[in-house]
Amino acid sequence: MSDLVRDEGGVLTAPHVLEYPYRRSVGPVLGRFFTALRDGRLVGVKTAKGRVLVPPAEYDPETGAAVSDAFVDVGPGGVVTTWSWVSRPRAKQPLDRPFAWALIRLDGADTAMLHAVDAGEPSRMKTGMRVVPRWRAERVGHIGDIECFQPEGE
Amino acid sequence: MREVAIVSFAQAPNARRELRNEVEILMPVVQEAVARSGIERPFDFTCSGSSDFLQGQPFAFVMALDAAGAWPPIPESHVEMDGAWALYEAWVKIQTGQAETALVYAFGKSSPGDLPEVLATQLDPYVLAPLWPDAVSLAALQARAYLEKSGHSERDLAEVAARSRRSAKSNPNATVSGDYEVEKLLATPHIADPLRVHDCAPVCDGAVAMVLVAGDRARKVCERPAWIRGIDHRIEPHSLGARDLTVSVSTRLAAEKAGVGRGAVDVAELHAPFTHQELILRDALGLGANVKVNPSGGALCANPMMAAGLARIGEAASRIWDGSARRAVAHATSGPCLQQNLVCVLEGA
Amino acid sequence: MADEAKPVTNIKTPMRLEYRYSAGVATSRFLRGIGQGKILGQRCPSCRKVYVPPRGSCPRCAVPTVEEVELSDEGTITTFAIVRVPSENIDVPLPFASVHVLLDGCDIPFFSVVQECPVDQIRIGMRVQAVWVPKEELTSTLQSIRYFKPTGEPDVPFEKLKEFL
Repeated sequence: MSDLVRDEGGVLTAPHVLEYPYRRSVGPVLGRFFTALRDGRLVGVKTAKGRVLVPPAEYDPETGAAVSDAFVDVGPGGVVTTWSWVSRPRAKQPLDRPFAWALIRLDGADTAMLHAVDAGEPSRMKTGMRVVPRWRAERVGHIGDIECFQPEGE
Repeated sequence: MREVAIVSFAQAPNARRELRNEVEILMPVVQEAVARSGIERPFDFTCSGSSDFLQGQPFAFVMALDAAGAWPPIPESHVEMDGAWALYEAWVKIQTGQAETALVYAFGKSSPGDLPEVLATQLDPYVLAPLWPDAVSLAALQARAYLEKSGHSERDLAEVAARSRRSAKSNPNATVSGDYEVEKLLATPHIADPLRVHDCAPVCDGAVAMVLVAGDRARKVCERPAWIRGIDHRIEPHSLGARDLTVSVSTRLAAEKAGVGRGAVDVAELHAPFTHQELILRDALGLGANVKVNPSGGALCANPMMAAGLARIGEAASRIWDGSARRAVAHATSGPCLQQNLVCVLEGA
Repeated sequence: MADEAKPVTNIKTPMRLEYRYSAGVATSRFLRGIGQGKILGQRCPSCRKVYVPPRGSCPRCAVPTVEEVELSDEGTITTFAIVRVPSENIDVPLPFASVHVLLDGCDIPFFSVVQECPVDQIRIGMRVQAVWVPKEELTSTLQSIRYFKPTGEPDVPFEKLKEFL
């Protein structure tokens, strides 16, 4: 029997990896968002009603109408609208030490975006707290260009 | 509307780890549902729900057809979501007049992978999935938002867990059951603050099957058919930050369309894989304190992914058959943080 | 960056998930049989067809299969394709024939490859036999059957095979 195959009570099991090396085209709306990330900025898009969606979407989630072509700078700071604490991060997640996931409403935005907050411990997290992005030096146009957010003033 | 009833239901034991393949799990369940239905194969329509990502085996649903028997070739369809939506498709098919009988089944084998991580693949692939937020962490974001807005406490969540586990003592297919003290539950550590282990559905493997029959034929094969008197499903935007996570607007709308409020509800089977979601769903469905919620223990005690929603409908139908309910509501959910919801009203007469 | 001014039009989003796959009860028995140099099928209690590899069920009758049948490692080619392009997962020299072999006593063809035979001589009806790895190298995986080779017996007439194509 090969090393990888295990006999578990008569049934054989083996490791199995499912892998898709996707490259996705992002279209004109998310393209503006990712281009801005690469340049170290954050942008949202205005809906016909004037609400600012961040991350931008092609359609207004409230009405289904196409968004306008008005992109506006937002952030870089914002407010945590809710959060949860990860005590044991998984390998693929943004930080390798305990961190918070948070929905963050950036200054000037009407919707919140998800990202990690490097706060050290849960007692330093609070709904309503202000956070700012920590940018990577090497940016490619990807959500990971923001390494994480951190409490403002640190 | 054509009258359609559920006449039989069967489910697999919801084991934490099944080593059988999907057909070996499904076959006895389908056979039991078919035998109890009093309907002979072939069915006019067969529809199933499952997700290949759970077990990492692309097109596993095609192999699962072996359990339904696809020879001579049968009219069949599949949804890559909870089997409750397969039931909806079968109900529509019967409404069109193209079918009088339908076999609906669902299966989920989550144990081969890391389920909370696998579920990240259902998220927006541009700005969410690349961060790999796990499903438990996302539910915890919703839980905190709900607790802070509603004034409920983590104790209220533990009470939902304790009641569910107590109810599950009478469910032989439950993964988790028993008497648990709220104090002791609250003394356990958070796994995704503010959620603890008891706030989250256990990971398990399972399968369910049921048979739908139209009109007089249902009366002929079943003493007390569970009639589907209303069914509707609604979905919300995928972007979590564009939704109000503290309420379930989609459930409320689906409940209105399905006519939940048209009569008294005796029993409700709610597909709430996290404790706080049961509280959100009770509000959205307008259920009073006198409604018996999740007598089976609900998804908090057995949550075979892609089958637990259909199981709620089967459990609600079982309360109609045994006469303990005249009118029951079943709910199924799909996607992160109650993104999509289906509501079904069942009546015994 | 050289393309600083250019808009971002696509992003890399690789996805990798790790599992511990279970072969199931029936297929595990089959694989353990392979590890002992035996090919085990299962017979349907209803239509009496024999399946290999067995999955614990008859897809036609939708009933469980339990009766185990040891099959010959000789059989007949029911169809084939000549492969001339390399593939990461196959280390057989090109060109080679991938084939469906109907093992004697079985009702469903078995996928493998043929070697020790020029590809232009491979034909439907040709008799072939499994070539196993040496006994001490047998494992519970299909790698234990290296390939099939011609036996030299007379071909099986098409009439006897057409039901299994």
